[in-house]
Amino acid sequence: MSGTFVGMPAFPEAAHEAVGNRTLRANLRHATHTIRAKREKAVAEVSDWAELREAGKQIKDHTLRHLDRYLVQLEESVVAAGGTVHWAADADEANEIVTKLVKMTGESEVVKVKSMATQEIGLNEALEAEGIRAYETDLAELIVQLGKDRPSHILVPAIHRNRGEIRDIFAREMSEWGRPAPEGLTDTPAELAEAARLHLREKFLRAKVGISGANFMVADTGTLVVVESEGNGRMCLTLPETLISVVGIEKIVPTWQDLEVFLQTLPRSSTAERMNPYTSMWTGTRDGRAGEGDGPQNFHLVLLDNGRSDTLADEVGRQALRCIRCSACLNVCPVYERAGGHAYGSVYPGPIGAILSPQLRGTASEIDASLPYASSLCGACYEVCPVAIDIPEVLVHLRERIVEGGPVVREGNKVVLKPAKGHAAERAAMRAARWAFSHPGALRTGQRLASRTRRLHPRSLPGPGKAWSGTRDLPAVPAEPFRDWWQRTNGGKEGGK
Amino acid sequence: MRVALFLTCVNDTLYPDTGRAVVKLLTRLGVDVDFPMSQTCCGQAHYNTGYRHEAEPLARHFSDVFRDYEAIVTPSGSCGAMVRELYPRMGERARAEGRGESLATTLAPVVPKTYELTEFLVDVMGVTDVGAYYPHTVTYHPTCHGLRGLGLGDRPRRLLQAVKGLELKELPGADECCGFGGTFALKNADVSAAMGADKVRNAESTGAEVLCAADNSCLMHIGGTMSRLESGMRPVHIAEILASTEEEPAV
Ligand code: SF4
Repeated sequence: MSGTFVGMPAFPEAAHEAVGNRTLRANLRHATHTIRAKREKAVAEVSDWAELREAGKQIKDHTLRHLDRYLVQLEESVVAAGGTVHWAADADEANEIVTKLVKMTGESEVVKVKSMATQEIGLNEALEAEGIRAYETDLAELIVQLGKDRPSHILVPAIHRNRGEIRDIFAREMSEWGRPAPEGLTDTPAELAEAARLHLREKFLRAKVGISGANFMVADTGTLVVVESEGNGRMCLTLPETLISVVGIEKIVPTWQDLEVFLQTLPRSSTAERMNPYTSMWTGTRDGRAGEGDGPQNFHLVLLDNGRSDTLADEVGRQALRCIRCSACLNVCPVYERAGGHAYGSVYPGPIGAILSPQLRGTASEIDASLPYASSLCGACYEVCPVAIDIPEVLVHLRERIVEGGPVVREGNKVVLKPAKGHAAERAAMRAARWAFSHPGALRTGQRLASRTRRLHPRSLPGPGKAWSGTRDLPAVPAEPFRDWWQRTNGGKEGGK
Repeated sequence: MRVALFLTCVNDTLYPDTGRAVVKLLTRLGVDVDFPMSQTCCGQAHYNTGYRHEAEPLARHFSDVFRDYEAIVTPSGSCGAMVRELYPRMGERARAEGRGESLATTLAPVVPKTYELTEFLVDVMGVTDVGAYYPHTVTYHPTCHGLRGLGLGDRPRRLLQAVKGLELKELPGADECCGFGGTFALKNADVSAAMGADKVRNAESTGAEVLCAADNSCLMHIGGTMSRLESGMRPVHIAEILASTEEEPAV
């Protein structure tokens, strides 16, 4: 499958395939249940988890409320430390900026540490079009890149692949991208890891340009933070002469002290670890900070909007910008577990993807209009979210936007959306039901009619109801609705049964 | 105590036995139960599908019907959560949109008085042993809105454990959604059916005869799946178990 998400079918269609794929479902079930149980343990160890969660929510909300101020402060801090700040309104602008920066170095290769923002904007493809090759260095990202695949999980992008598949991908593709896989490579984890290490080491030592994302940006010092497990990020961040970081504008925290909260909640929520194996921080350039001899010679920070300001304008939906991308919500989601990450048509799958993508991209496309319905509203995602994003609330809010329309901000302008097409029958049914429910007499007539004709009712339905009754039997309609019984027996006092 | 039974439109139309069981149970416990005939629907299906503006008049109607009672009892975790969790939110949103104070103030009085059945029994009446008799093996499925929306906790299980003759079996993956989710079952039928089938498989693995829950909507979905899979198990609403006695046992 190609790297593009454009033209994705709507969620139910995309999910249909995954639901029928037994191996995929077994892989996903195993992986999500394992990490789910581990997370629960890691969280239970912390006595003040509820307070940490509330603190994380408050810090993020405060920052979002004053985002303009903190962004300016961040820019000043980065510049003071010798870096350069670029502002990108959308994907095209960001890609253009990065491509130009890479070209200025005269290089035609870059190493990348896993960054969702660059995937969101399709940076690798944009660089490729200009003759620049981007090497992913995160193990799972490498697997996805070599396999010409798409990520299907925030934290474990290759969650849908098993060891055998990974071996085949390495053996087949590595030589095309650099150092080939060793002869006779087997599918043991140690051998696979070693093959990746050798392949990547070569790239790290040669690379003059690194591209990264960031988990956090500290406004008062201009420091960027990446947390990771493999150490590849640290290599990307320290070895190249030029470092370009592409980061969404919502990733700011005001001060170093605020990191204290997230460096506890993020690892426990994502990998179920007490702390991240590698926490790398970088501030400006080596010359920008007098007396310190390390860091890149050139540092560029590309601040990416790409729909974030529009999302911020929505009072209910903006809470999605609190997300720290821990992926806990994916791992507990019963829908993600069965539909798989690809069905969400975005680098952000699962519950967070279902509320983030339709806000960042708008609800015009078929896939984006179907995402708010990709949930049974069971609430498991909200329960685990370390920054308390009420995902079900936002889902319902977005459904409302789709079926009823209403004011939204797109590209900075207020527009009023019309109700989406394709919901006319549903809208009519909802109106009719509301009318009947506002007239108890009409409801009663309907109930009686249903009771009287009950022998004629099929256990499965034609038309749109088929989806339900294709796999489930409908209940039989009773001979008498409750309210008739109540009246006939005077609340059960006369004539009993 | 004079309480109003809010039966919900689904129970009224499709599951009158549950309503009769609630009346029988509460009457046995000395509660004076009334069923206001003008009640209809809380508006949950409208609200959750995105038709908030269709749900608002239903919420107003609910408040008109029930506001004068001491307590409102409903045998449905999800409709209970609709009133307690989402009515205040509807009020806030209406206020934020500058549509005056009226919706919020209209809904406010009914919100704290609305109880899901097991909550009412344990918290308001202070009973866990309701004198029931039910000689069957039962496994309990805590429905999502009851579990996470209302925070019912172990109340239903405590009530079941006190039932004479009942053997309670632990349900593996109990807190996982059964896949109903109102219109979700229609809009994402494949995923919903897969979730339902997993729930039934887990329930079957307990060897229980009955799967019990405090919500007939979820039971309709689980029961429909059981019937289609020709499972030997039966779905039963908790009210029917708690209403069952040695003199008048439920089947
Ligand atoms: S929404 Fe919450 S749980 Fe999901 S990835 Fe973001 S922070 Fe984690």
